[in-house]
Amino acid sequence: MAVSDLDHVGASKANRSEPLWLEGGAMRRQIFGLLAVVLSLTLVATACGSDSDSSTKAAFIYIGPPGDAGWTWAHEQGRQAAAEETGVETAFVEGVPEGTADFANYARDFIDQGFSVIFGTSFGYMDAMESLAAEYPDVVFDHIGGYKANGSNFGNTFGRMYDPRYLSGMVAGSVSTSNHLGYVAAFPIPEVIRGINAFTLGVREVNPDAHVEVVWTSTWFDPVVEGDSAQALLDKGADVIAMHQDSTAAGEKAEAAGARWVAYNSDMRAFAPEAFLTAPVWNWGPRYVEVIEQAAAGTYEGGYYWGSMADGIVDLAPIADDVDDIVKSAVAARKQQILDGTFHPFQGPINAQDGSVLVSSGDIMSDEEMLSMMVFVEGVIGSTG
Amino acid sequence: MNEASIIGLLEATVSFGALLYLAALGEMIAEKSGILNLGVEGMMAMGAVSGYVVALQTNNPWVALAAAVVAGALIGSIHGFFTVVLGAEQVVSGLSLTILGVGLAAYLGRGSVGRPPGAELVPVDWGLLSDIPWAGPVLFTQSPFVYMAVVAGCLSWFILWRTRLGLAVRAAGESASTTDAAGHSVAVIRMGAVAIGGGLAGAAGAYLTLSLTPQWQEGIVAGRGWIAVALVIFGAWRPGRVALGALLFGLTLALKTRLQTFGVEFSPILLSMLPYVLTVGVLVVISVRSRKRPSPAPAALGVAYRREER
Repeated sequence: MAVSDLDHVGASKANRSEPLWLEGGAMRRQIFGLLAVVLSLTLVATACGSDSDSSTKAAFIYIGPPGDAGWTWAHEQGRQAAAEETGVETAFVEGVPEGTADFANYARDFIDQGFSVIFGTSFGYMDAMESLAAEYPDVVFDHIGGYKANGSNFGNTFGRMYDPRYLSGMVAGSVSTSNHLGYVAAFPIPEVIRGINAFTLGVREVNPDAHVEVVWTSTWFDPVVEGDSAQALLDKGADVIAMHQDSTAAGEKAEAAGARWVAYNSDMRAFAPEAFLTAPVWNWGPRYVEVIEQAAAGTYEGGYYWGSMADGIVDLAPIADDVDDIVKSAVAARKQQILDGTFHPFQGPINAQDGSVLVSSGDIMSDEEMLSMMVFVEGVIGSTG
Repeated sequence: MNEASIIGLLEATVSFGALLYLAALGEMIAEKSGILNLGVEGMMAMGAVSGYVVALQTNNPWVALAAAVVAGALIGSIHGFFTVVLGAEQVVSGLSLTILGVGLAAYLGRGSVGRPPGAELVPVDWGLLSDIPWAGPVLFTQSPFVYMAVVAGCLSWFILWRTRLGLAVRAAGESASTTDAAGHSVAVIRMGAVAIGGGLAGAAGAYLTLSLTPQWQEGIVAGRGWIAVALVIFGAWRPGRVALGALLFGLTLALKTRLQTFGVEFSPILLSMLPYVLTVGVLVVISVRSRKRPSPAPAALGVAYRREER
């Protein structure tokens, strides 16, 4: 491709004889036009920034569009809930890519406008938030899903999604008749592996003969690849598909194949009403309220917050109507035990995929072990690397 | 690896192959007339979003498909206007078209994100043919887009190589001044070829959002437009060879995650590179052979035509 392009460039340049200033002139006009737009935008932004007040205002920076029914949608629900409950002014900007200067530019823009709390809802914003936090010590930066914090104005928020993952596994294991379940997963990182393991442990609590087969897609979001991965698992005989992806494509394939589906991020039943079983879901509102209130009171500490189902940051979506009541009450009972602290998905005895002991009987995995989990539990088919 | 898995692999190969083929055919037609259009990714995105939005409005998948084709043709015509009428640099204009198309599609699709589809083009049931073991599921239960791709391939071969119109199109890509001297309007031929190419790319985009994964999301084309551009070179600007290449590249897409379910440890990232690696290989072969015989590329590809410069 590249070689041929260069050929074409060369060929057309060689054959062109019109005065170059013609194009240069056009290009200059474009650049001046662009400059004018940028300058006027900057003026507007500066004008807005000058009337900042001292009250707390919270800005949210999103990786995707809030209408995606997935990750960003859940954060947008959280923002709306927090705005309603705290009464503070909030704003958001969507579709800000990771690994570019865009995040810092938007954050600075918000800060100039008087925003005193910045939420960054994607892993890749972490380093930018860390350096901005050092630059603006009076602004609170709360990062979702990273592993850095500075103990003052830069902290980290995430949820113990493994709890509802385990419960969703119980539902999936109960309805599977082929005892072969599929799991479409993005990348082999601890967060995803933890979810697969929790799901599998839930599946095998109710269905000890079942296996969960994993396909890695190497993408958070590519509906075509996600759907085809689900199809590959369905072809192999899986009758329930779970996922750690942001689109609904896997569910649509399950629906078409007459199989069942465990969604993720939010209650996605509208996309595959027959296939939908349940979904481990995010509920960011309570945590956002907490951070905003701490920021307003000056008590935000910039630590690591890993919220549980009891905190309300994660939950299980309502289970599909056609699932047996016995299953529903068993799941409800487990959920209550998790809320009470009398059950932990990663309590021993748990064997690793190769049959060795991962957690001894009576032990519970520590947070450090869970955060660095890189091996599958027994019952998972697939490789973590 | 069971039988259903192999059938599933072949089914996905044909399905992805048709997706790439629709877009690559469009690009091939444009290039045959002498216009390189690197905006395939953007035209596919516009087709994808237009199809989805119109399906939501009308609940009619065929109206949605028509809208996608028109949208692809219109946005392709922007490239035509700049490169044919104004004689602008084709590489720059095409790259701009990708950026414009992908961005505009994201903007137009904002209200459709996360909404269940308004209409879908469901797989065709060919009756008895669909029940044949192996061939039935692989060839005769595919999306209507697959059969459209086959028809489009045959039609483009027939028109380009068996009609006077096709001769004029190919001539415009080989030597624009000769075509002009023969009394054909190079501008009209090239504009038409680019618009038709855009329409086919738009149809490929609609294949994504009306059939393959009926939903709209920003970035749903995910680089497949670029594979289509590579495919034209790989197929040496011949509809038949491009079709074979489409199946081969479709196989790499289908294998990308399926290899794992076959128990084969092979990086999906390396597999994603394969179409480009193969294309570079073909480019090497073309350039080595071109010492002895002419390159299969249209001679005037990428060259703007102005009558005064004859």
